Amino acid sequence: MRDMGSSAVRAAAVLAALVAVSSCKLSVAEQPPTAQDFDEIERGRYLTAVADCTACHTDPADTRPFAGGRPVQTPFGTVLAANITPDEQTGIGSWTPEQFDAAVRGGRRPDGKRLYPAMPFLYYAKMSRSDVAAIRAYLLTLAPVHKHVDTNQLPFPFNIRWGMRLWDALYFKPGSFEADPSKPEAWNRGAYLVQGPGHCAACHTPKTWLGADRKDRSLQGYSLQGWFAPDITNDPGRGLGNWSSADLVAYLKTGHNRFSGASGPMAEEVVHSSSRMTDSDLSAIATYLESKPGGTAVSDKPLSTASAVMTAGAAIYEDLCSACHRRDGSGVPYLIPDLSHSASVESREATSMLHVVLEGAQTAATADEPTGPAMPAFGWQLDDAQVAAVTTYLRNSWGHAAPATTAGEVHKARENLEAAQP
Amino acid sequence: MMRKLPPKDVVIVGLGWTGSIVAYELAEAGLDVTAIERGPWRDTATDYAPNFAQDELRYRIRHELFLRPDQTTFTFRNKMSGTALPIRTWGAFMPPNGVGGGGVHWNGETWRFLPSDFVLKTHLTQRYGAHFLPDDMTIQDWGVTFEELEPHYDRFEYLCGTSGTAGNLQGKIQPGGNPFEGPRSRAYPNPAQQQPFSHTLFAKAAADLGYHPFPQPSGNMSRAYRNPLGVRLGPCTYCGFCEWFGCANYSKASPQTTILPVLVRKPNFQARDNCEVTRINTDSTGKRATGVTFVDTAGIEWEQPADLVILAAYTIFNVQLLLLSGIGAPYDPVANRGVIGRNFTHQTISDVTSFFDRTRFAFNPFIASGSIGMCIDEFNGDNFDHGPHGFVGGGYMGQVQTNGRPIETTPVPPGTPRWGAQWKQAVRDNYQSALKPGTGVHGSMYSYRDVYLDLDPTYRDRFNRPLVRITMDFHENELKQNVFLTDKFADIFRAMGAQQVVKEYRKGPYDITKYQTTHLCGGAIMGNDPGTSALNRYLQSWDVPNLFVMGASAFPQNAGYNPTGTVAALAYWSLDAIRNRYLKSPGPLQHA
Repeated sequence: MRDMGSSAVRAAAVLAALVAVSSCKLSVAEQPPTAQDFDEIERGRYLTAVADCTACHTDPADTRPFAGGRPVQTPFGTVLAANITPDEQTGIGSWTPEQFDAAVRGGRRPDGKRLYPAMPFLYYAKMSRSDVAAIRAYLLTLAPVHKHVDTNQLPFPFNIRWGMRLWDALYFKPGSFEADPSKPEAWNRGAYLVQGPGHCAACHTPKTWLGADRKDRSLQGYSLQGWFAPDITNDPGRGLGNWSSADLVAYLKTGHNRFSGASGPMAEEVVHSSSRMTDSDLSAIATYLESKPGGTAVSDKPLSTASAVMTAGAAIYEDLCSACHRRDGSGVPYLIPDLSHSASVESREATSMLHVVLEGAQTAATADEPTGPAMPAFGWQLDDAQVAAVTTYLRNSWGHAAPATTAGEVHKARENLEAAQP
Repeated sequence: MMRKLPPKDVVIVGLGWTGSIVAYELAEAGLDVTAIERGPWRDTATDYAPNFAQDELRYRIRHELFLRPDQTTFTFRNKMSGTALPIRTWGAFMPPNGVGGGGVHWNGETWRFLPSDFVLKTHLTQRYGAHFLPDDMTIQDWGVTFEELEPHYDRFEYLCGTSGTAGNLQGKIQPGGNPFEGPRSRAYPNPAQQQPFSHTLFAKAAADLGYHPFPQPSGNMSRAYRNPLGVRLGPCTYCGFCEWFGCANYSKASPQTTILPVLVRKPNFQARDNCEVTRINTDSTGKRATGVTFVDTAGIEWEQPADLVILAAYTIFNVQLLLLSGIGAPYDPVANRGVIGRNFTHQTISDVTSFFDRTRFAFNPFIASGSIGMCIDEFNGDNFDHGPHGFVGGGYMGQVQTNGRPIETTPVPPGTPRWGAQWKQAVRDNYQSALKPGTGVHGSMYSYRDVYLDLDPTYRDRFNRPLVRITMDFHENELKQNVFLTDKFADIFRAMGAQQVVKEYRKGPYDITKYQTTHLCGGAIMGNDPGTSALNRYLQSWDVPNLFVMGASAFPQNAGYNPTGTVAALAYWSLDAIRNRYLKSPGPLQHA
């Protein structure tokens, strides 16, 4: 009996294995990658960097990768990024492949509730299903971290998640990326990276009052988190029209080029994401961005150099800025930004300039450009009128033209940044 | 109770120039490296930003960047018969403190020593006979030659982006450079800095007198530079706030602007700031270092075990740690035995202030960099026949005026009241037309039996450890040298057309309150004989082979140049031996 019994068990096991093998063969296309799929895990690691998941999901105060908890500021309040390590209870360990895909590309949690668009699922929706599956495969290889994160820190009424249903109905159009067959392969790859995993529009596209992208002004620059994410279209005045493809690739790869250095949130993006991308993907991004037309022509005329504010600004520049940035604003390539060719200087809003002048800024340090030079803070030294004068001077010198910055704007920026008073 | 940290491959004491070089090289070799620094972390934009770096009162007068004597100091006396007292305000030299060490506040003067400097005893004895040297002079050969160090000098110059004009390229004398320098394998990485009016005028007068003036080799960038580690420096702005100050413009070579950005990216490198090493620990045989003990700002004592211990602190602190840890025999000047503390030296500096016709000369002295200057080397080392003069040694000299700062650099003619309306008028009258080079005559100081370091019998630090006692005085040889050099120097200013030339000879006794340079040397010197040197020719302790002692403490005597180039070259030389020989087979690299 015992022998018979055990052979019956064995036979059943063999049968089950056969079924498993055959079903595996039948549905190979839908099967999620497993821990054995090195190529998928490696692809997922790369895509996780491209999608810059770590920017929000790794808390610098915690440092355990992807354990969540980092506050993400939105115009409506603060959201804490989720724990996306494979912990069963507090992370994504128990999520099915479908649930993961629904969260990343559909903005829905496994419990059916809606994610806030601080998670850029609007853009990730353009990623392919297999790319998202690869990201999941990679995340599942990480050390699980047991850490509960209460993601929703928003004030009433934004803390009511079902409000997102209406928002999604208005603004969220699921659907994957459609290649344009009339465009070269590199352009299409660039478009996919920029629109999908790279989610460049999340920062660089102006928003409606409800926080949705203004499609008519795609990538033309937007203020958020105390910075102005500049116009990254090919606009020669306020965009990247003066940058060659090589300039853009160098900037994304190293954080620096002959004109500029990445600071603020972009420095984080370079360190965690674009510096880890392949040269061919970076050139694809450049190819795509170079094809993006700018906005309507800038009609501002530079302020007269004879005006009192320009005279004062010139004097402050000469005294405090010119030693590093040079008298003609040209800076030092790869070290000190060239203010005469800076989109941030001439951008629609002076937000980034005010941030940098008041609080200083640390540029990205990368393997290829490890120096990471920094701009010191001047907020403790210059009053509102002086900051207004020097930024007005910069925005109206060397071919730039922009409206004067007011002392009131500086005052507000100083308050928002909680920057030092002189 | 002492707390014990997990062991490291390497522990480095001090994160200045040498500590940074050592940390980078050994981390590159794959070792797990920790550096312990007594002072704070420092970085350009946060610690010496351009909107406050140029504060003469804070940095020059009130010594912002330096060790506070309250934390620790030294005692000083001129003669062995005297009683030493603690130094309570820094004067003759400025002990650095903090990450970057002296590399933060130096002028950037990046010299190589002369080939004959490294074989000094042999060379002088051969040329002049043993009787020519004073009886109590204890100069020695270094155990390493210029030729051996040349690739390492080169390495440091390319790390720093040194600006200069080569004088001897592979044996061929070059126009415009220093014809006395040893052969260099290649040109400086950057051209020499531009020279202001008074410096070019000095060069012209020197050339008219038959000398060979050349620009001082400079760690201030003459143009933007990217070093072999990929770190970038910007062009110097000639702001005139260099020595005593950190550079706000990323223009002065320092650990911060050349190494640290790359070093801090290495996962196998760790630094502890604000922690003071109090002892090198050894095992029961005393022949092997087991690590170091340090104290943090909370007063908690920690043990950091390590396989390899590198001392890279300021000269006297290297010596102090050896003395307090019982490594090597303390020097006994009476018996002339022992090695730790012997051959301690400084420098013999003097200056000439000259006054020109103010209707004809406007020098704009505020246009300057730290190592700006036109120099001559005719009277350095053994570049001239000392036979008729009755002394040995020498130094470079030059119009190396590094600033026109309002507190420090207000030369007035002798006889002017020291304050009041007349003084103010004299400052106004002379500011633009007077020259005051700073360290115009940069003379050597050779070593003597009664100039040394030991532990003070009376005074102790906050850890109840004895302070180091300095016993130092000028000897007749150096004072003679200084009169000879200062006179030659003054002749050049007369040839420039000065109406009045005021010579400020260096006189004895050695004055601990008057600034000369921060170039303290010796006390734990290198050599080929364990009877007269603490270290072998690879800077390895003769007594404890897993201990290396880097820095100017290894100089058997001081030459007539600034020491940093040689300090760094020695570090690279030692690291070459550590990486290529010691790590493969840890043990003595040289047998006595």
